[in-house]
Amino acid sequence: MSQQEIEVILARHLAEYLAMPIFIVNPAGDLIFYNEPAEAILGTRYNETGIMPASEWSTVFQPVDLEGSPIPPDELPLVIAVTQQRPSHKTFWIRGLDGALREIEVTAFPLIGQADRFLGGIAIFWEVTAK
Amino acid sequence: MKVTFWGTRGSLASPSPETVRYGGNTSCVSVEGSEGTVIILDAGTGIRNLGRNLSPDLRRVHILLTHLHMDHIQGLPFFAPLRRRGVEIHVWGPASTTLSLNARLQKYLSPPLFPVSLRELSTDLHFHELPSHVIEIGEFSISAQLVIHPNPTIGYRIRCGDAAVTYLPDHEPALGAWTFPREKDWTSGYDLAEGSNLLIHDTQYTEEEYTERQGFGHSSIRHAFQFAQLTEVKHFVPFHYDPTHSDDELDRMLAQITADIRPPYAVTPSREGLSLEVVC
Repeated sequence: MSQQEIEVILARHLAEYLAMPIFIVNPAGDLIFYNEPAEAILGTRYNETGIMPASEWSTVFQPVDLEGSPIPPDELPLVIAVTQQRPSHKTFWIRGLDGALREIEVTAFPLIGQADRFLGGIAIFWEVTAK
Repeated sequence: MKVTFWGTRGSLASPSPETVRYGGNTSCVSVEGSEGTVIILDAGTGIRNLGRNLSPDLRRVHILLTHLHMDHIQGLPFFAPLRRRGVEIHVWGPASTTLSLNARLQKYLSPPLFPVSLRELSTDLHFHELPSHVIEIGEFSISAQLVIHPNPTIGYRIRCGDAAVTYLPDHEPALGAWTFPREKDWTSGYDLAEGSNLLIHDTQYTEEEYTERQGFGHSSIRHAFQFAQLTEVKHFVPFHYDPTHSDDELDRMLAQITADIRPPYAVTPSREGLSLEVVC
């Protein structure tokens, strides 16, 4: 078993204490942790899913832009943060696994550790409205 | 390899009649290989006595610093081989995003905090910065990895043949965890310690002290024993004792936790002068 990098462990500890939904992905973009508030968005519990591949989490919410057009995965903030290693912010709509349509703002940034090690990315979600 | 303890105390040197048995010097451990390689783990005040005991024929020494808190570097300028001609000194330590290892050490080892600079003490001094990778020194293969402790701090796993010694003197793996121990892959220091023949680990606080000092970067004695169990080490060496804990108190605390936990591994509390052999 390979241990997570220390910066990622500390990021998870912080996420566990915060009330905002937070996703943490590894350098491949796979979802390695999400906190309890994020469980409400995903409609599933972290302890039940374990690691979720990027192809799965990036489509599971059916993200659409403000005009209702589907957003391709590579335009999602967290995917941009990991693939282009730059911060990204976007407002869009998602449909959670509970069926609710939500307008959310997402800020994502790459996680760069000591000695410039690229460790993955973090996304923080803000719910604008719930319909 | 032969592992010898020259300083076992954390935070502050604490010589006193009440600390004679476990020792009052701060962190310093030597590891000697069968081919003569000498590795020194940290340069607390214990390194002064180590320097007096090294062979005068030794031509190269490697000092591996876990971090630059004072109790881990304070003995460095008093390390006698620094002043010996023909001795190559290699200092390894954590990288920083801003200053070099040398520049960070010079913050202490320069006026007004110290009268002499390191460069004045030795002309054959070499600095190496460690992020997370494996280095080869003589017959040893050494893994360095960041661990939870304020300011970048690394732990070491020293391998020789099939044997491994892990050194985590300042380590708070329980920081921020709702429960401890938790999943292995989400535990700081796990990769370094897994299955080690010898684990030297922070045992600074009682449980009561830990609740008041979370985030200071140290473990409670109970957490350290639990970490040793999680990582399935063969032999656990409690280390980095709080300066306020007397010999008698340490005896009592270590006996109590051993009775409570009934560890499935051997336990030998570190003390100054103790030597342990690990078969490679």
